[in-house]
Amino acid sequence: MAGRSDTPAAPVDALLASREMILVAGSGGVGKTTVAAALAANAATHIGGRVLVITVDPARRLADALGIGALGNVAIRVPDEAFVEAGITPHGELWAAMLDTKAGWDELIRRHAPDAEVREAVLGNPLYQNITSRFVHSHDYLAMEQLHELHSSGEYDLIVVDTPPSRNALDVLDAPGRMKDFFGSRLLRWLTVPYRSRLFTAASKPFYQVADRVLGSRFLQDIAEFFVLFQAMESGFVRHAEEVEQLLGDHRTAFVVVSTLEAAPTHEAAYLARELGRRDYHLGAIIANRVLPSAFTRPAAATSARALAGAVESDLADEVAVRLDADPDVTGGVLAEIAARFHDVAVVANREAERRAELAEQTSIVLTAPALDRDINDVADLLALADHFRSDDT
Amino acid sequence: MTGKGGVGKTTVAAALGHLAARSGKRVLVCEMDAKDALAAAFDTGPLEFEPREVEPGLFAMSMNTEDALREYLRLFVKVPFLGRIGPLARTFDFVADAAPGVKEILAVGKLCYEVRERHYDLVVVDAEASGHIVAQIGAPKVISDLVQVGLVRDQTEWMLDILTDPHRTGVVVTTTAEEMPVTETLDLLARLVDETGVRASTVVANRVLPALFDRRQSEVVDRLDEVEDLLVEAAGAAVTIVVDAARTTEARRRVGAGHLDRLRGGLADGTDVLYVPELFTRAAGRRVVKLVGDALAAEIDLDHHDPHGHDPHGHDPHGHDPHGHRPDGSVG
Repeated sequence: MAGRSDTPAAPVDALLASREMILVAGSGGVGKTTVAAALAANAATHIGGRVLVITVDPARRLADALGIGALGNVAIRVPDEAFVEAGITPHGELWAAMLDTKAGWDELIRRHAPDAEVREAVLGNPLYQNITSRFVHSHDYLAMEQLHELHSSGEYDLIVVDTPPSRNALDVLDAPGRMKDFFGSRLLRWLTVPYRSRLFTAASKPFYQVADRVLGSRFLQDIAEFFVLFQAMESGFVRHAEEVEQLLGDHRTAFVVVSTLEAAPTHEAAYLARELGRRDYHLGAIIANRVLPSAFTRPAAATSARALAGAVESDLADEVAVRLDADPDVTGGVLAEIAARFHDVAVVANREAERRAELAEQTSIVLTAPALDRDINDVADLLALADHFRSDDT
Repeated sequence: MTGKGGVGKTTVAAALGHLAARSGKRVLVCEMDAKDALAAAFDTGPLEFEPREVEPGLFAMSMNTEDALREYLRLFVKVPFLGRIGPLARTFDFVADAAPGVKEILAVGKLCYEVRERHYDLVVVDAEASGHIVAQIGAPKVISDLVQVGLVRDQTEWMLDILTDPHRTGVVVTTTAEEMPVTETLDLLARLVDETGVRASTVVANRVLPALFDRRQSEVVDRLDEVEDLLVEAAGAAVTIVVDAARTTEARRRVGAGHLDRLRGGLADGTDVLYVPELFTRAAGRRVVKLVGDALAAEIDLDHHDPHGHDPHGHDPHGHDPHGHRPDGSVG
């Protein structure tokens, strides 16, 4: 399979070397976190500089694989020993951090609150507690805000982002815009108008009446209070949102879409690639993960499988059994099973080849990595995975 | 029905609905995330809020918060003139985006309403992926904690009654025999009971690879390189690819069997695991739904009406043990 290739012109290296930020997107369960970590480890090893990978998946094994105790909001440097164990002297440094929504929000409020009073009021508001821990989109806002913070700190040459699990990966990209819209919306102004005067605003009366009956006026008041506080932080939030939008859209950023070659993830990946194009974002590559070797699709292999089935019927099993000093029935069973099962594997491999072709319509760079027969356990495993992207020999 | 993204949750939800309808029940299957995956499973066009009969006795719908709000206002608030809701719904969308649990409770409320009114014998919800399911199921509890008065508050109680009654509501978590799906499944099961009071009843292990070789056979497989010349002579040079394919499949199965062991070890007593084998088929849509349904039927012994009397590790249509368990207790 893959030999270690140090060809500097590998497309994946060119991509990693030319960007400040790589966003790794794709549907759940395709190995996004691992791919993001592999890309970052690859950049730190072969390109150099300070590389940061931000993950959202609470995979303890990834922290273990990187040789660090636990991932948290604060970036931790992956020790050089983790690379030495892999027989590698990295050109650069690898750092890792995890997105922690609750702690991240608190930090955000501290950063944007104009004064201590607002800060404490927001942190103590019961709605705030619920919004930050349960609000489905809160991950997205926070991811964008953290990216802004990390990027503008200027501490890293490359930031690789494992995008948050999201019903729709694009929610993340829309987060800054939604934040801006929200602060500019009439709704917020309406919500933050003093409660009593709202009763007499003719335009909002129907809404108010229904909302009051449905939600209860106390709840509406809670919401209003919360947003009055929130509004005090508007300028900071909006400025950051605009800067993040700028960063996402320009040449400093590229997207990598990860997918397996199963039906649903492929469909999702193709959709994602099209949407990125529609928004003028740069799609750097699509990575097809856990792919069967393309050799399984070769007609010659299917022919051999049939020939093997036939040969077992005659005397191949006995010949093999004699040579291996094994039971002829056991040997016959093994060879018959191998021959019979090839069809199943070939069906899957052919299906995958078709889906890979679908993805290739979306971008000129489709990289593949094979299905590994074991889990990723250390930096060496991550680099081995990255080598598949570099040599793309599947 | 929930599970990590990409594990085949929608197919299993569709198969469960299909199975129930096949045995004479009136069933509603609802897709919560509007990705059209459920429509694809039934080979039908995009689903809408209004349920559509996609198989005899099997109705399918797609959740839409705005439609749910419309229906809610019509049924409970008696807002008479529907045309007026347009701008209201748009404004509502903003509030719902910001206020916790409001969107979720409309969706969960609609489904609980269908259960309460007994419009169907079974309501199968293809719910959010495991990352978000707790927020969804937990919405009535959040609302009842936050909202002190109002219609919504009044209505959370009967929803909670339905959701927390193990005879009426169960959570089925679908997983594959892979590291993250199993880890997420175990985390989710722990969080569900703690944070929502809703019990998980069953875990479905999807796409389980069959074991190809027993231990004596594996010893032979490991040594086949020694007789490569014989194999090539008999079946051509590409026979090495054929052997490689079997080895690749077996290696994947062994890794998976380890994860399934971890799954079984981490489950609370009384949580069943149903195994659905990998379907080596080119088919998609209804055909797959039927095959997965057949596999589930065999697992829950639907034909024998004896869900507790069989050995869940004892049968397998291919004569292989799909769970990686050997009679001697070793794995792989």
